[in-house]
Amino acid sequence: MADTHTTTHAGLAHHFDDMEQQREAGTLGMWAFLVTEVMFFGGLFLAYILYRSRAPVEFAVASNSLNVTMGFINTLVLICSSLTMALAVYFSQTGKRNRIVLFLLLTMGLGLTFLVIKGFEYHEKYVEHHVPVRFATYEFKWEGHASASGHEAASIPVDNGKVEMFFWLYFAMTGVHALHMIIGLGILATLVLMARRGRFTPDYHSPVELSGLYWHFVDIVWIFLFPLLYLVGAHLH
Amino acid sequence: MREHIVSRNVYFTIFIALVVLTVATWSVAKMDLGRMNAVVALTIAVIKATLVVLYFMHVRYSSKLTWVFVGAGFFWLAIMVALTLSDYMTRGWLNIAQ
Repeated sequence: MADTHTTTHAGLAHHFDDMEQQREAGTLGMWAFLVTEVMFFGGLFLAYILYRSRAPVEFAVASNSLNVTMGFINTLVLICSSLTMALAVYFSQTGKRNRIVLFLLLTMGLGLTFLVIKGFEYHEKYVEHHVPVRFATYEFKWEGHASASGHEAASIPVDNGKVEMFFWLYFAMTGVHALHMIIGLGILATLVLMARRGRFTPDYHSPVELSGLYWHFVDIVWIFLFPLLYLVGAHLH
Repeated sequence: MREHIVSRNVYFTIFIALVVLTVATWSVAKMDLGRMNAVVALTIAVIKATLVVLYFMHVRYSSKLTWVFVGAGFFWLAIMVALTLSDYMTRGWLNIAQ
């Protein structure tokens, strides 16, 4: 393969034979990182499986108090952002500089929308005293959940400690996910600046491609979080 | 191997499939299927994740070595879950402190 590129490319690092080898190495490196991310989130999902197996009723009842409509909208927002990210990669492969910038900005806009909606959800939980912390001025309280339409769910007797554990996992998992989104927005902002300077060509666009892998991975995490956190108690309505 | 450029139509098709599956997972969750609720929810989530990995993340068009990396990641995750659960789910058998 080395003989297919006789002229050296400006984006080629000296320790690679050619652009193909460089791109392939980058893809493998990014996947090696994403595998560590799989194990990182995997630990949280494992904790979720163990506690839910000990408290299936409490998890269903507590899940029922989450705002499913907001969670659903956020799922769609993230899927849209994955599409715009995929298209940004497409335009970096075909060398359309303005389109790259446009679709990166669209992806950022959708990512921000996700975080704003998440913020409203967190605020709702804060007001309901469902944040699992204990301070002098604020503490976790569970008095059944009657504010949503879950009348049936509100009447099921539960162990408050197990309900609190659900919320602990809810905030840990969505919080770590949101942190990944915030980091992703920083990466996308950097890409926008690079794209505006014309740094990406059909021959060299690995930063866009690899950041796309990261963004899609964060989307995959949410694909599992949505049913596991929001829909566990949906049948109780 | 030369980079494969995935056509936009593929991206749009996958996008629509993901939206449909998201609506499906919410609709099914409203029904009371007992233990099958979790099975259906996870099946749909795995299908969605697979679509994202294969098409949005281009793994379908990537080298065999990339497949090995991706496969190893999820295989190790399966080991972590399986071995941990085989511990927790059997502790009651011997009356060891839970």
